[in-house]
Amino acid sequence: MNLSVNIGKLKLKNPVMTASGTFGYGEEYSEFVDLNRLGAVVVKGLSLTPREGNPPPRIIETPAGMLNAIGLQNIGIEVFIKDKLPFLRQFHTPVIANFFGDTVEEYSEAAKRLSDIEDIHGLEMNISCPNKHAGWIIFGTDPKVTFEVVSAVRRATHLPLIVKLSPNVTDIALMAKVAEDAGADAVSMINTITGMSIDIKTRRPRLANMTGGLSGPTIKPIAVRMVYEAYRAVKIPIIGMGGIMKAEDAIEFMLAGATAVAAGTANFVNPTVTIDIIHGIESFMKENSIVDVKELIGALRC
Amino acid sequence: MSRYFRAEIKENRPVDKSYNILGLKPLKPSREPEPGQFYMIGIGGEYDPLLKRPFSVFRKNSDGFQILYRIKGRGTLLMRDMKEGVVIDVLGPLGNSYPLPDKGQIPLIVAGGIGIASVFSLAEKLSGESYMFYGARNRDELLMLNELKGLAEELFISTDDGSSGRKGTIADVLNDFLTHPSPVTQAKACGYSIYACGPKPMLEAVSRIAIDKGLNGYVSLEENMACGVGACLGCVVKTREGYKRVCKEGPVFPIEEIVW
Repeated sequence: MNLSVNIGKLKLKNPVMTASGTFGYGEEYSEFVDLNRLGAVVVKGLSLTPREGNPPPRIIETPAGMLNAIGLQNIGIEVFIKDKLPFLRQFHTPVIANFFGDTVEEYSEAAKRLSDIEDIHGLEMNISCPNKHAGWIIFGTDPKVTFEVVSAVRRATHLPLIVKLSPNVTDIALMAKVAEDAGADAVSMINTITGMSIDIKTRRPRLANMTGGLSGPTIKPIAVRMVYEAYRAVKIPIIGMGGIMKAEDAIEFMLAGATAVAAGTANFVNPTVTIDIIHGIESFMKENSIVDVKELIGALRC
Repeated sequence: MSRYFRAEIKENRPVDKSYNILGLKPLKPSREPEPGQFYMIGIGGEYDPLLKRPFSVFRKNSDGFQILYRIKGRGTLLMRDMKEGVVIDVLGPLGNSYPLPDKGQIPLIVAGGIGIASVFSLAEKLSGESYMFYGARNRDELLMLNELKGLAEELFISTDDGSSGRKGTIADVLNDFLTHPSPVTQAKACGYSIYACGPKPMLEAVSRIAIDKGLNGYVSLEENMACGVGACLGCVVKTREGYKRVCKEGPVFPIEEIVW
């Protein structure tokens, strides 16, 4: 049985990854999960300099989901390299560094810095953050800006480049195509969907930041639909995520067109969920006489 | 010993109309909790409620441990209906614990409302040494009073409505105690160490008193929490060194560290 898949020139031993921001820097979950078993570890989003993040409350639960407004809190690239990467180096699992910036220049610089480091095997750029030089409009919601920032990062790195798409757009297929045209090796989707929740007693927003990103099983049908639409628009691999809680969900994403998948919010609910998903995919393949997991990719019958 | 395990519900009984004790027996060997630590409790329902809920360890017992919880929101309402014999997912013990007082220091334990759940096992551990200050909204919400009387050198009570103990806040009672110490405590005391858990306004008031009087001490904090293991960065509180995670660097923080 073959579970391996390729994301550009990056070879994964199985299609199951962790979603950025839900698995810390790997260490936090290493007592529950043998990191060697994972397809890849995607670390919490990094910026050139540390970020403090938003004031609390930062998270609230919603029906079958949660809203978060962490505010991209992170230790910064340099501290990551010095303090966190050595731990991840001991495992035979690719490390994918998620990163972001406030400007195109910051994105390029961050990509360049991360590309110099041995044992970072791929980059995932988060384009769901605001652009300082364009009135803080989200990079990933304007096709022109998306093209500009992805092209700039492409020039700055030789590593496999994954662009994490924002779902807060009208035409996700267009955004996937823009990323591909700008040189991305893969797209990952979906990031969280912007949401809001109000406490009717106090009439205040339940998140200090007013709005936050919705994740969890509640968003899964939207994510599956978006993967399906993007799959028909691009040739590069898609990493599917958004509410994956179990192997059946992962398989659904693959049938819609995902080459690999990531578990996010599910890690909070079940710290061993990534391993459970790998086992579940294996059982499904056995039961359905599937010898290569790649047979599932885009195998939706219409 | 894994901190992620399944546990059988041995008891889930009311101690008052809006408070229950949940007794859990881990199905495989699990780590011993220390006073101040907490567990993430899975309350079932496939995806709704989605997240586990954090609860302080109330007491260890021969089966495993107990949680004392207030039935307040949707999650705890569902918890109230969980039946004996049911097996649930548990993560823990998590976070740090209350550091013990230095030799000669008198521990002053301050609890507000359901905050008693977190400091109860500390009082047990310090058997008889501590002075306990316990405030609640009214007499009905003062829990475990008989047990507490046996655990503390002295027990001070306050209620918001004056239905038991002194009318007013427990921080005021603590302040009076420290401002006018009895000759007995004065003779004994080689300084005090404060341990407080309760609603934020109470913790802030206790912290001001401690700082005012130059005492050291600790507060146990809570925040909305998703993962419990330091990954999601959801449960941060503001400290002098920036945001810190309640689940990892806490829930117990030195008083002087917190920015209110």
